[in-house]
Amino acid sequence: MGFFIAQVLTGLANAGALFLVASGLSLIFGVTRVVNFAHGSFYMLGAYVGYSLMQVLPGMVGFWAAMILSGVVVGLIGVIVEFVVLRPVYKAPELFQLVATFGVILVIQDLALMIWGPVDLLGPRAPGLKGVVRILGEPVPQYDLALIVITPFVALGLWYLITRTRLGILVRAATQDREMVGALGVNQAWLFTGVFFLGTALAGLGGAMQLPKGGANLLMDFNILTTVFVVVVIGGMGSLPGAYLAAVIISVLNVFGVVYLPQSTLVLIFVVMVIVLMVRPYGLLGREEVAGEHGQVGEPERPFKPAGRSARLIVALGLGILALLPVYGSSFAQVLATDILIFCLFAASLHFLLGIGGLVSFGHAAYFGGGAYVAALLVKYADTPMELALILAPLGAGMAAVIIGWVCLRLTGVYFAMLTLAFAQLLWSLVFQWGAITGGDDGLVDIWPSAWASGTTAYFYLTLIICTGGILLLRHAAHAPFGYALRAARDSARQAEATGIDTRRVQWVAFVFAGAMAGVAGGLFVFAKGSVFPNELDIARSFDALIVVFLGGVKTLSGGVVGGAAFVTAKDFLSRFEYWRLAMGLLIIAVVIVAPNGIVGSLRKGGERIGLLKTPEGTS
Amino acid sequence: MTIVLETRHLSRSFNAIRAVDDVSFSLHKGELLALIGPNGAGKSTCFNMLMGQLKPTSGAVFLNGENLAGQTPRAIWRKGVGRTFQITGTYQSMTVAENVQMALISHHRRIFSILPYAHGLYRDEALGFLDLVGMRDQADRPCAVLAYGDLKRLELAIALSHDPTLLLMDEPTAGMAPRERTALMQLTADIVRDRGISVLFTEHDMDVVFAHAHRIMVLNRGRLIADGSVEEIRNNTQVQEVYLGGGTLFKPEAGASRA
Amino acid sequence: MYRKTFLKGLIGLVALGMTSVTALAQDPIKIGEINHYKRMAAFAGPYKNGIELKLEEINAAGGVLGRPLEFIFRDDDGQPGEAVKIAEELMTRDGAVILTGSILSNVGLAISSLAAEKKYVYLAAEPLADGMVWENGNAYTFRLRTSTYMQASMLAEEAAKTDAKTYATIAPNYAYGKDAVAAFKKVLTALKPDVKFVAEQWPALFKIDAGAEVQALEAAKPDAIYNVTFGSDLAKFVREGNTRGLFEGRKVYGLLSGEPEYMEPLADEAPEGWVVTGYPWYAFEDGPNKAFVDAYTKRFGESPKLGSLVGYMTAASIAAVLEKAGSTETEAIRAAFADLEVETPVGTITYRALDHQSTMGAFVGTTALKDGGGVMVDWSYKDGANYLPSDEEVKKLRPAN
Repeated sequence: MGFFIAQVLTGLANAGALFLVASGLSLIFGVTRVVNFAHGSFYMLGAYVGYSLMQVLPGMVGFWAAMILSGVVVGLIGVIVEFVVLRPVYKAPELFQLVATFGVILVIQDLALMIWGPVDLLGPRAPGLKGVVRILGEPVPQYDLALIVITPFVALGLWYLITRTRLGILVRAATQDREMVGALGVNQAWLFTGVFFLGTALAGLGGAMQLPKGGANLLMDFNILTTVFVVVVIGGMGSLPGAYLAAVIISVLNVFGVVYLPQSTLVLIFVVMVIVLMVRPYGLLGREEVAGEHGQVGEPERPFKPAGRSARLIVALGLGILALLPVYGSSFAQVLATDILIFCLFAASLHFLLGIGGLVSFGHAAYFGGGAYVAALLVKYADTPMELALILAPLGAGMAAVIIGWVCLRLTGVYFAMLTLAFAQLLWSLVFQWGAITGGDDGLVDIWPSAWASGTTAYFYLTLIICTGGILLLRHAAHAPFGYALRAARDSARQAEATGIDTRRVQWVAFVFAGAMAGVAGGLFVFAKGSVFPNELDIARSFDALIVVFLGGVKTLSGGVVGGAAFVTAKDFLSRFEYWRLAMGLLIIAVVIVAPNGIVGSLRKGGERIGLLKTPEGTS
Repeated sequence: MTIVLETRHLSRSFNAIRAVDDVSFSLHKGELLALIGPNGAGKSTCFNMLMGQLKPTSGAVFLNGENLAGQTPRAIWRKGVGRTFQITGTYQSMTVAENVQMALISHHRRIFSILPYAHGLYRDEALGFLDLVGMRDQADRPCAVLAYGDLKRLELAIALSHDPTLLLMDEPTAGMAPRERTALMQLTADIVRDRGISVLFTEHDMDVVFAHAHRIMVLNRGRLIADGSVEEIRNNTQVQEVYLGGGTLFKPEAGASRA
Repeated sequence: MYRKTFLKGLIGLVALGMTSVTALAQDPIKIGEINHYKRMAAFAGPYKNGIELKLEEINAAGGVLGRPLEFIFRDDDGQPGEAVKIAEELMTRDGAVILTGSILSNVGLAISSLAAEKKYVYLAAEPLADGMVWENGNAYTFRLRTSTYMQASMLAEEAAKTDAKTYATIAPNYAYGKDAVAAFKKVLTALKPDVKFVAEQWPALFKIDAGAEVQALEAAKPDAIYNVTFGSDLAKFVREGNTRGLFEGRKVYGLLSGEPEYMEPLADEAPEGWVVTGYPWYAFEDGPNKAFVDAYTKRFGESPKLGSLVGYMTAASIAAVLEKAGSTETEAIRAAFADLEVETPVGTITYRALDHQSTMGAFVGTTALKDGGGVMVDWSYKDGANYLPSDEEVKKLRPAN
């Protein structure tokens, strides 16, 4: 019994920091609709700033003052980020801001490394709370008890702020109807800034609060990110009580998972998330979203036509030049081109889903990595020849997409995105923790092409043919009746349904199609690299694809491909410099600010402005 | 005359509230039937049941003798029911012609077709329908730049594209300027006449209703309180009471605003 | 970058023109080094310093085969796919003759597989996974650092000397953790068949829920604990364990826990009385170990980590193998690695022809607190050659090639 209670108390203590971070994310999303990927980075900053302040401020008062101050400092950094990075892009297409926040992650990573150095910092212990209290004979740390007491007060304070003050009323109003707040004469921009301050300050406070239980290190940002997303989604986006409830559930569950399922703690969390979302799609305390509530921001996509003769000639010419690469390029140029082509196909498949279908998947790496693992497992356990494995990879990825798509498409918008993320993480954790089959973290190695394709040049041609074929197929599908039906479902699901289109089935087929194409890319990837590891289906890989599609331009047909090529090339170039993450982050932020329509979209606009391209009617 | 659409004891409750209560009516071939009533009378609920978006709590809807209750909007559309919405729902990223082509592609059951370019599919047919609503000259404009009145006309073209026997129009003239309203209803009336389509529509603008409807039904608090010719409704005291308790709302002559 | 190399080359040429040292006038021999310089900066930094220190010594002494030795350092962000691409670039475009590097086992395994496929020589410097030279071993991959198995068996040997009967283990839930626990169990059970393992805890890497783990271990009431956690997980584990009294009256065996990389961040909270593998650089009084520590401290103004030693030995191994091969041809280098002997600060190590594992050993000792930091006392250096399975067993583990 004592053991049981002690475990519950540990869970409750862990829930504290998690709740703070999650409530910040939830608040920011609720009001600004920005999915702040950089939230984990603010948590990390909170830990570092708190650590530094605690070195300076002495004693018990100093300790707690440092904690609160680090929240304020991080909140101010959040304001700077909001002001410089996000403000210019609120009007950009929906969810475009997440690209900017991804850039912020990279910048903060390198800045933290510059300022605090690479070595893990061990957090100072809370003065006066270093010991344990015996509860039924079990030792419970005093600081844990302090956290258990403090967190509800912070939650109550937040609740008071949101429900009882003018700012809170505005925040709630904005959560429900953004235009309404504008109509009330409130400066929406400053409200957003205020909310960003509060949200990031909470993350910073959470980071400082966990110092006595851990410390500060450079991996904290991504380590907490998935858990926080899980908490926010299970609780219901925008709901503070939901965030608290979910933080407690996840923490307590984790504590018991440690005891009873020590090998599968990661899987457990994502299974719980999937189950909750299947039963309560909008989270435990979330409000059901009316479809189209936060519709497409920015001007609608333009009508498109199949490429004309001159455009086709240019593409054919480009392909011809690419095909001659082995003649004039080095062996490495072919390796790099192979990488780029594979990534372009991956990005193009997500672009089809996201751009044409309006379905924002946060977990597209599941199909890329899934395809890669299918191919690798077939080779490993069934000695499947490369040719067959390459065919079965998209089938496997497609099968996964059939199941996942069926479940996820019951939701729309950000909830759809979050559920796809949950499934991708579930797959990732399965691959990661099911070492007996998948090799776990050590992956599957020695998966090389058949003899005829094993040369760099031969494999380059194989990739060129398959990827070009895949990209053209995706593009053609966009022009085919199927692609039109998908756009119809995105533009007006009501009208589409009213004219005989089964929108969910169309979207489902598109989801499977995109998944299978990502699987093709994944299959090619394994044989290009000779090995596959769980990180090919983790959250960072999904983010990569998202960034690329947004950077390229969602509302353009070639956005995925152009973004993919630009991203891989930029990364290949920049990674030679010492602070390459900083450079990459700044580059991404710069592109976001300068080219809010993505690379292709902004080039097109630029071309129209200087008269190179014809301006279509009704756009400026 | 043939009955195209018939409802029997159609009811729908939301918790304790009976939004639509035992509504029975029928619509004849070639008829332009208006369903009117004050705000909250249950018009939209009634319409949503006819369209398949809401399931009736009880009662039935028959289209040419077949019960439609519980069928999806898609299935009902396939049976030859076209519809337009109070707030237009067009495909903003497509051209005007493509909007109509999309409906035609669906009508010909080629949604999942992956081979042909959709761009040229059924284009001539689509242009024909655009011609019908006077939108042919705008066929290649992006839908996103159309004026609201044109969107309404486009939606009508979409609704006509699968040669429906019945057209359901929810507030067809909402949000339009008075002159445009009459023009649109005149257009609709002409099409009904030429093609033998039956139309059921709801409308707020009494001028439009009295000018074009062949017959009028009045809904109040979920119940059908009157069903008759334009003259009968105009002189119905109960209807007058419902509309702000007096006859002031109804002008003696509806033709004044006819363009 | 092209311009940067070009400029560097230009400056180099001018400088060379002035010095006119014939040995250095030759093209340098290039070595491709791939690591996670950003992702694992705390480990990769000292490692790189170690390489540079040895490089300076080598080149000051006239280089290798009469040519200067040069390392090209590249960052793979900890992504195996990226590492494979960079490896190709280093070998085919930059003209590197040997690949080396990686801390993470998965990146090491990816490069190793590429090396076998494309016939590049790869010296895996730091990755610990046993599979590197056994299950996934191949003709072109060699490994320097004392493997998981070797270090685990050193600790198992120490554990067998005590009368502890029941053991609990805690290890990060990924390949390295699993290997480390399996090896410890295997060797300890062989030495002392009556020991029992009463609990196994598997926290997710860098996501440890330390309070819960400590309680779960406590509930099993083991005589001794075998710890494989490291980094921020170790810090949290030690703190919770100390707070809740888990380590009182128990023997604890900590794999790598004595390495300065992990010990230093713990400062005065470093555990006391744990038997660990590590690197007691502060305790050397003379000999090559001391010389290395002094040289390193002088050159970089900071104390060496274990990674520094590994980096230093990596460069030393590469210089040695090139000298022995007498050429920069891949096959010659590969052949030269067989039973190659290298003089290093910890003594002479041998790259076994049998499985390409070097016999680099490890320092085993007991932790203690001194001047507000954790140190190892009563330590001794264990030669790696004595902690490997029998040759027959190794042959069975390694695929025939």
